[in-house]
Amino acid sequence: MASEKITSSSSKPIAMLKVLNPFHIWALGVGIVLVGEFMGWNFTVGKGGAYASLIACWVIGLLYTCVAMIDSEVTSTVAAAGGQYTQAKHIIGPLMAFNVGLYLVMAYTMLCAADALVVGDLMKSGAEVMGYTNLDTKPFVVLTVAFLAWLNYRGVFATLTLNLVITFLAFASLIVLFLSVDPLSQGVVLQHQALLTDLPYGWIGVVASLQFGMWYYLGIEGTCQAAEEVRSAGRSIPLGTMGGMMTLLVAATITWFVATGLMPWQYLGQAVTPMYDAATLLGSSQLQLMLFVATAFAAIASANGCINDASRAWFSLGRDRYMPVFFGAIHPKYRTPYRSVLFLVPIAISFAFTGLLDQVITFSILSGLLGYTFMTFNMIKFRKMWPLGTIHRGYIHPFHPIPAITLLTLCCATYFATFLGYGASLLSIMAFYILASIWFVLRRYKYVKRADQFTMPWPRPKGY
Amino acid sequence: MKKNYIPPKQGMFGQIFDTILVLILVYASLMVPLLFKAEAKADATAAIVAAAVNVSWESLGQNAIQQEQWIKLGYDPEKAAVLINSRFDYSIDPMMLIITILVVAGYFIFMLKVSDKEYREVIREKFDNK
Repeated sequence: MASEKITSSSSKPIAMLKVLNPFHIWALGVGIVLVGEFMGWNFTVGKGGAYASLIACWVIGLLYTCVAMIDSEVTSTVAAAGGQYTQAKHIIGPLMAFNVGLYLVMAYTMLCAADALVVGDLMKSGAEVMGYTNLDTKPFVVLTVAFLAWLNYRGVFATLTLNLVITFLAFASLIVLFLSVDPLSQGVVLQHQALLTDLPYGWIGVVASLQFGMWYYLGIEGTCQAAEEVRSAGRSIPLGTMGGMMTLLVAATITWFVATGLMPWQYLGQAVTPMYDAATLLGSSQLQLMLFVATAFAAIASANGCINDASRAWFSLGRDRYMPVFFGAIHPKYRTPYRSVLFLVPIAISFAFTGLLDQVITFSILSGLLGYTFMTFNMIKFRKMWPLGTIHRGYIHPFHPIPAITLLTLCCATYFATFLGYGASLLSIMAFYILASIWFVLRRYKYVKRADQFTMPWPRPKGY
Repeated sequence: MKKNYIPPKQGMFGQIFDTILVLILVYASLMVPLLFKAEAKADATAAIVAAAVNVSWESLGQNAIQQEQWIKLGYDPEKAAVLINSRFDYSIDPMMLIITILVVAGYFIFMLKVSDKEYREVIREKFDNK
């Protein structure tokens, strides 16, 4: 096998470079997610009204705080490419690991497709402002994904340094937008008293809005994918992840505050680029241009991080023979999982070409949600199998098991929220994972080297 | 002491077949719900558009500020009515809810059980067959 030759013909296997610091981790996490503040979060308003969206923002913020706490402990201890996938391999078992790997690949590839779709739509909106109608969005979709794949092919340092810059600029634009609406003077620019209504669907709408509430933060757990490429996992992962969560909580609240003070909820609930629309409503061409660029930057940063994370998850699956071993190769010069990067490009593009933004987002959200459900019993088992003091942990999260229990409760509520309005998609995606699991058990598992699935220098787990 | 399991090598054809199979599964799971939903959505949209004739801001329940913002966004009452009158249906079918709960819970139970069995093989080979 070509990949085997590449990775094992020399005396020492080629490893990925350890070049990243906490700022890169922050940029990877926030970069993937920040696009959610520019579009997609507003579907919460459509499902339950403006107040429901705010409640979803904070409730799902709690869900992700639990995710970040759990991830910081487990990832700083299991510092290897693949993130949650590698954790599942060491703590739960091969079938779970295979599924977690698929969740990651699907969540990030679909998110990348959604980002590319937004770049295309944004270019179309920009062209309309300049008098060109019916601009074909497809070339922009292809160009975005192809350029970012090339960057990812060439090296992780340049990729995430680009993310650091454009993510910071996109975040700064939200702050500028917030300051420009004179936030302390109600009724001057912002019109919350007139635009905010009661809950249009009652409390069931609040629960339903939890589904798209995930879009405020979906992908922050992607920080774990770079665990093998950071200089100090015990320091960089918790700092970058928790710092990212704080940034996102601030950005999400600002976004909600500005958008709901400018647009009727019925419009906001279905808008494709709400923050760009907000800038348009303010009547300032400079602000409009800034939000145009910032929305494009946020989408590009997100797609960039998604290609980075999805390729590493796919690479890990190949390296462990859960998927064809061909994908488990690292580029001899650039030290990147180049075959996985290239393989995912046409998939992301073809999903973006469907133009089905809400469907693609739902696939991404559900794959993420399944991954968070896994984290709850992963954390409980991790502490049981290797109690504190038996292995070195880079970080120990406080209040265990409260974050795991809270996370499981919120995951159940979000499954129910998805059932409300997207029940068919939920069942269809579950069918995919069930069929893939059966296929793994009956066909793929025979190619897996059993003992190779446990590589950490830990003692035998308790109970096994 | 049992010998370590030695997996067979997979040929290129098998690798390509497995990759394509996963791709087919992904595309199918994305497209299947669309086939069911597309028709229902088209019917609902047609009904909303038909009901949006001769409406006014007042009949749509929009106050002065809301009207002003709709107009700035480029909407007249008839165009806005399509968005204002689109509503989610949150009525719950108990049978579908039970099926969904069973599918999600069954999936995780199946996965944990099988994973545990596989994990014991991994640990046995790792720690017993050194």
